[in-house]
Amino acid sequence: MNKCIERLYNGIIKENPTFVLMLGMCPTLAVTTSATNGLGMGLSTTAVLVMSNAMISLLRKMIPDKVRIPAFIVVVASFVTVVQLLLQAYVPAIYNALGIYIPLIVVNCIILGRAEAYASKNDVLSSAFDGLGMGLGFTLSLTCIGLVRELVGGGAIFGHVVIPADFHISIFVMAPGAFFVLASLQALQNKIKHPVKREGQGDPAMACGGCCANCMDAVCAENHRKLEQAKEASKK
Amino acid sequence: MRELLLIIVSAALVNNVVLSQFLGLCPFLGVSKKIETAAGMGAAVIFVITIASGAASLIQNFILVPLGVEFLQTIVFILVIAALVQFVEMVLKKMMPALYNALGVYLPLITTNCAVLGIAVINAQENYNIIQSMVNGFGTASGFTISIVLLAGIRERIEYNDFNPSWKGSPMVLVTAGLMAIAFCGFSGLI
Repeated sequence: MNKCIERLYNGIIKENPTFVLMLGMCPTLAVTTSATNGLGMGLSTTAVLVMSNAMISLLRKMIPDKVRIPAFIVVVASFVTVVQLLLQAYVPAIYNALGIYIPLIVVNCIILGRAEAYASKNDVLSSAFDGLGMGLGFTLSLTCIGLVRELVGGGAIFGHVVIPADFHISIFVMAPGAFFVLASLQALQNKIKHPVKREGQGDPAMACGGCCANCMDAVCAENHRKLEQAKEASKK
Repeated sequence: MRELLLIIVSAALVNNVVLSQFLGLCPFLGVSKKIETAAGMGAAVIFVITIASGAASLIQNFILVPLGVEFLQTIVFILVIAALVQFVEMVLKKMMPALYNALGVYLPLITTNCAVLGIAVINAQENYNIIQSMVNGFGTASGFTISIVLLAGIRERIEYNDFNPSWKGSPMVLVTAGLMAIAFCGFSGLI
């Protein structure tokens, strides 16, 4: 039981996917125009994460190592389709607001990342709780960003107007505002949390300079490849 | 012809894929340190998205719709795109080594680029035929290339500027992207 609580804590605080790991940036910026949308996206992703983590953990001994990534993608895509159809049937408002970003949950790096890093190596219960923790962490950060953007840009909290229209800074609910809010949050995080990373130390052999504050996941794939090559080379 | 031109302008400038739709942000922020690598990534994205949107459109119009199984869209598209990228990589390696050397490094990174799947889904939603889909894919990818090369140019200049260390790295890149997004908002009256 302790392990399950540890997974929850890990996902929500210690390795928060948005603020600490910086994964899944596209939906983070695109759907956070209001707190409700952020919450909807976060909960949909959580549902997919919990189910896919549990399923992949169940299948982990059956999936051959060489085809594991395509197999994971099929599992994730099936659950995304399930969630998409459920949303369309029961919560059409959220379905219309999130639009194209629901099918795009498939390519959210958090989901494949957790499948690869955790669910394919651990038992069903802790994998499901790992998914739940990560999903709730993602939901929490999306809702926070959504709250800020909705309050500053539209003067509302969860749709209830609290600031009169004259004081709205409407750029915050438009596309550029998303970049500015995320930039400020990251700068704040750099200030509070990572005095070492801020100095730009790291391994210069890596594509991103080995500094995780600069890291975006596409570069990580490249770095991963370089690490594997280095391992191969050291074996020889 | 006029309609196709409108699709290109709308996809490349008005609804810029990164700056107004937030698709493909990972390579946009990750591979934009130097102009050359950004241009290479852009060329690879144009190549893959154009082919992938054609293939996805063929599957949508000739397999999924006639059989009435559109709900399988997400699963089929992502598998087709993943297989296609692998296939393109192998073909390029064998047939066009020069092009492979230029684009090769970037190809595997594109499989999980949400822009590729996003365009396929948008094409299906808009009921584009295969030519319109490929043109839309090409326009969108050109928009991606324009913005990533511009961002790389700006990043090369701000690299040596002196500002608060907390904003070094990705926060500054995001602010730059935000300012570019404001500039691209200016295109919204174009169509």
